[in-house]
Amino acid sequence: MPLSTQTEVGDDDQYVLVASLDNVRNLSNILKAIHFKDHASCFATTNGLKVTVENAKCLQANAFIQAGIFQEFVVQEESVMFRINLAVLLDCLTVFGTSSLPGTSTALRMCYHGYGYPLMLFLEEGGVVTVCKINTQEPEEMLDFDFCSTNVVNKIILQSEGLREAFAELDMTSEVLQITMSPDKPYFRLSTFGNAGSAHLDYPKDSDLMEAFHCNQTQTNRYKISLLKPSTKALALSCKVSIRTDNRGFLSLQYMIRNEDGQICFVEYYCCPDEDITESEL
Amino acid sequence: MRFRAKIVDIGCLNHFTRVINTIAKLAKTCTLRLTVDKLYFILADKVANGGVSMWCELSQGNFFDEFQMEGVAAETNEIYLELTPENLARALKTAQNAKAVKIKLTNKHCPCLTVAVELPSLSSSSRIVTHDIPVGVIPRKLWNDFREPSVPDFDVSIYLPVLKTMKSVVERMKNLSNYIVIEANLNGEMNLKIETDLVSVTTHFKDLGNPPWVLEDGSQTSTQERDPESMAEARIDIRKLLQLLAGQQVIPTKALCNIVSNRMVHFILLHDDVSLQYFIPAHS
Repeated sequence: MPLSTQTEVGDDDQYVLVASLDNVRNLSNILKAIHFKDHASCFATTNGLKVTVENAKCLQANAFIQAGIFQEFVVQEESVMFRINLAVLLDCLTVFGTSSLPGTSTALRMCYHGYGYPLMLFLEEGGVVTVCKINTQEPEEMLDFDFCSTNVVNKIILQSEGLREAFAELDMTSEVLQITMSPDKPYFRLSTFGNAGSAHLDYPKDSDLMEAFHCNQTQTNRYKISLLKPSTKALALSCKVSIRTDNRGFLSLQYMIRNEDGQICFVEYYCCPDEDITESEL
Repeated sequence: MRFRAKIVDIGCLNHFTRVINTIAKLAKTCTLRLTVDKLYFILADKVANGGVSMWCELSQGNFFDEFQMEGVAAETNEIYLELTPENLARALKTAQNAKAVKIKLTNKHCPCLTVAVELPSLSSSSRIVTHDIPVGVIPRKLWNDFREPSVPDFDVSIYLPVLKTMKSVVERMKNLSNYIVIEANLNGEMNLKIETDLVSVTTHFKDLGNPPWVLEDGSQTSTQERDPESMAEARIDIRKLLQLLAGQQVIPTKALCNIVSNRMVHFILLHDDVSLQYFIPAHS
C-alpha cells in the first residue's frame, strides 16, 4: 500500500491499540535505551508493549513497557505488530522537550488502527496539543535467539554503577570485548585488546557490587565491541544488570530500569559470540 | 566622522552583551547604523542570506553612560558600518566583569571598532584588553539600502506562545523536515505543521490573542473583515525560524508575528529598550 493512502480514523473502538500515559518520558526514556538503529518493530499484547531493534543479525535489543506503566492500555487483537522509524517516533514523543522541569509533564495518547495505518500520537503539555501521524511499515521477521534459561551456564547480577565506568571507558580500538565468567578466579573479567595494549578488568566474587553470582563453568567468549557499545545507553539508565551466557556462548544483558514514577521496566540485549577461540589463545 | 561610547554599569553591559549575542546568532555580517539616539543592527534581504532580513533597534541612553557621535555632515548625522557581530560578541566575552567598556571608531590600517575593556585588578595599575574589530564604512550613496522595513500588509497578526515551548517544538520538527508551515487565525490560534513521507506533525496553540493594530489614519487594519476562524499560512525554512528562536538571549516582554499568506512571516520581539524584527520569506 502506498504510504500516502494511510489515513486517520476518528473513532476510538476502531483502534486495535490504544495506550495513554500521563508522563511520556516513561516511554521515551526506555526507547532511547535501544535507539541504535532507526527501525524498530513494535509488538503489543495485553501484557504491554515490546519494542525490538536489531543490528547485523547478531544483536537484538528489546524494551518492555508493561501494560501497568500505562494509565490505559487496550489491545483489541491477540497481538498487534508494526514496524516504525524509531528516530521519528522519539522526535515526536519529545516534541515538548526532554528536560524534566518539576510539575510539568507531557501526556500521551497513542492509537493504532491496524495494518496499513499510521501510528497516531496525541501529546499535550500545558494546553498545547501536538498530533503526530507516523506511517508504519511492513513488519519484518525478528531474530529468534532461542535464549532459554535452562541453557544458561553462567549468571551474574551486578549493580549497574559497577559496570558503567567500565563500559564508558571501553577501549574502542579493540575489535572485541572478551568476557570471562568462571566459578574460580578471575570470576568475572572484561578484556579488550586494542592498539595501546590489552586491558583486563576483574570483578571479585564478593564485591559489594555483585548481587548474585551463579557460575557453573569457565566460559570465555568474545563479542564485537561495536555491537555492545550501544547497550551503554541502557546501562546508563539502569540500576541493576543481569549478565548471562548460555551453552552456545550467547550473551544476554538484562537491564532493570526504574522510571520517574518508581516503576520497573526492562531492556534486554542479546548478542552472538564473535568467534570460537582456541585453547592456545586463552 | 567620530564615534565613542562607554558602558560602566554592569547590568547595562550584560544586557548589551546579550543583545549582541542574539544578533550574532542571526547574522554573519550586518550593518550597524549609529544615530544620536539609537543603534540599529540591520540585515537587508539579499538572496545570499535566503531572503531573510532583520531590523534591531536599541536606544543608546539605556545602555551607554557616554555616547558621542558625529556623522559625515551635520544634516545627515549618522554612521553606517559593516560589521561581523560575532567579532563584537567575542570582544564582549572578555568584558563579563569589566569595570568599564569603551567602544570607539578608530582608523588603524583599516577602519576599526576598538573595544577597550577595563578589567578589575588588585594593584593600582589597571588592566586593559583592547580588541580592534575591522569594519567597513558604508558610503552615503548606499544608505538607502538600509531603510526601516515597513510592517507588511499582513493577513493575520498573532502573539507568539512561550518561546521556549515553541523552540523545543521547532527543534524536533527540524529533525524531521526542512520546511515548516506556520498558520494562524484571528481567533488566537496558531498551528505549526510539518509533513513528510514518513510523518506529519501538527502542534496547536490556542488563546494566544491577536494584537490590535491601528493604522496611522486611526482606522483599524483590513484584517477586521476577515473570518476569525480562517487560517493564514506560510511555509518557511525551518532553520531560519529555529535560528530566531534558539538565538534569543533576551526574553522579550512581547513577541508576535504577522503572516502574509504564502509570502512571508514577520516576527517582532519587543523588550523594554530593544526591538527586533525578523522577516522570513515563504517558500512555495
